[in-house]
Amino acid sequence: MTETLAPAQNASTPVDLLSKFDPIIQTRETLLAAGVEDPFNLVMDQVLSPTRAVCNGRDTILLGTYNYMGMTFDPDVIAAGKAAMEEFGAGTTGSRVLNGTFRDHRDVETALREFYGMDHAMVFSTGYQANLGIISTLAGKGDYIILDIDSHASIWDGCAMGNAEVVPFKHNDVEALEKRLKRIPEGAGKLVVLEGVYSMMGDVAPLKEMVRVSKENGAMVLVDEAHSMGFIGEHGRGVAEEQGVLDDVDFIIGTFSKSVGTVGGFCVSNHPKFEVMRLVCRPYVFTAALPPAVMASSATSIRKLMHGGNKRAHLWENSRTLHKGLRDLGFKLGTETPQSAIIAVIMPDLERGAMMWEALLKEGLYVNLARPPATPAGMTLLRCSLCAEHTAEQVQTILGMFERAGKAMGII
Amino acid sequence: MTPADVDAKIRTLIEPFNKKGVDIEDATTFAGDLEFDSLTVMDFVAEIEDEFDVIISMNQQAEIENWGQLVAAVHKLQDS
Repeated sequence: MTETLAPAQNASTPVDLLSKFDPIIQTRETLLAAGVEDPFNLVMDQVLSPTRAVCNGRDTILLGTYNYMGMTFDPDVIAAGKAAMEEFGAGTTGSRVLNGTFRDHRDVETALREFYGMDHAMVFSTGYQANLGIISTLAGKGDYIILDIDSHASIWDGCAMGNAEVVPFKHNDVEALEKRLKRIPEGAGKLVVLEGVYSMMGDVAPLKEMVRVSKENGAMVLVDEAHSMGFIGEHGRGVAEEQGVLDDVDFIIGTFSKSVGTVGGFCVSNHPKFEVMRLVCRPYVFTAALPPAVMASSATSIRKLMHGGNKRAHLWENSRTLHKGLRDLGFKLGTETPQSAIIAVIMPDLERGAMMWEALLKEGLYVNLARPPATPAGMTLLRCSLCAEHTAEQVQTILGMFERAGKAMGII
Repeated sequence: MTPADVDAKIRTLIEPFNKKGVDIEDATTFAGDLEFDSLTVMDFVAEIEDEFDVIISMNQQAEIENWGQLVAAVHKLQDS
């Protein structure tokens, strides 16, 4: 005991609070010492289109941006943002509940209600804050949150911020979910948190069965459709729509920073008391509202996505072509079949993953390098996210780049 | 079940996870001595939950660092 107490008694010796990160600093330095371009310090000098940019000085095809529907350069989306900026100024300088609700904040919430056919919509400054706010506010002391072990960081952080009991279950395992639901004490509030598409592997959840067992056991259900909105389902409402359970989901969380092509997060719901969340949800109240230009661009984009059937069809073609092509080349993929616009290529380890990432960048292709702790089971992944604006020719070019880089690195 | 019964039962459950064959005593820690990562913890906890028909929430897990604390916690849970 005396040994551990000694440093605290000696007030003149400060403890470096950053020293706990030394192992991470070491891993990064080892990686960079091997001569690899820093995968987490890429700069886009120019963005030429939703699918092309000049990265670190090279003309590059973008295959890791979550810009699924290519709305970032849509002329109507840009025009709406420009007009709102001229009329309403550059920013809001205030909370949504004080001086930060402008015409276009209301309008984007109307657009969301139209898009989902739901009664209520609430816009947050980011998708991260939407999960943080809704989850921590819904589930309080004595309530239970039952969530998939592979949930996104924003969901885990929402759990950590609240006071509920947190119970994880094995990824996409309906039986594991059901067993846990049945063991929760009688009378406790229950919130089941699921995702439509899990972004690391690009796999889809069995929402139909999971929502059914949740409802049978008296739980409310929240589904994060960040990676499926705009693309999956007949109207692009996500995996819950695709599997026919949208009406049974109590809360849908989503983001504007993927298919919508801007930034912001949201929650839509049919719950009759939902509007009270605007008063009690701290990550909504205690932050500045998004700039009016972002809101106007988002509203225009959401309304265009309602009629994006042809783009959705082309994006599915791209996903199927890339998935089959990479498999045929001999790469190991995260899913047996193409389930979303994300295709994860599994690397043998971080070192070779980083070398492959760099080889692709030199070929002129940007993908995401994903590694633990973001990835499940300690895997290193090269994550590809396709865009509806990728042409069929670009997908073939991409496959050629993967083939050359994969052979040069000895991955295939 | 007595604490000794609980101890014996969990001892059989931990075997497949104790890859290095660490000798387990009350003070043996999961993160340190047994080198359990978060996925191993989840699988191991799931085995205990299924065997005893209980829930060990992450909030409760945060209080459990060593073997003795685990046995005591499970004994208390299956009693209630």
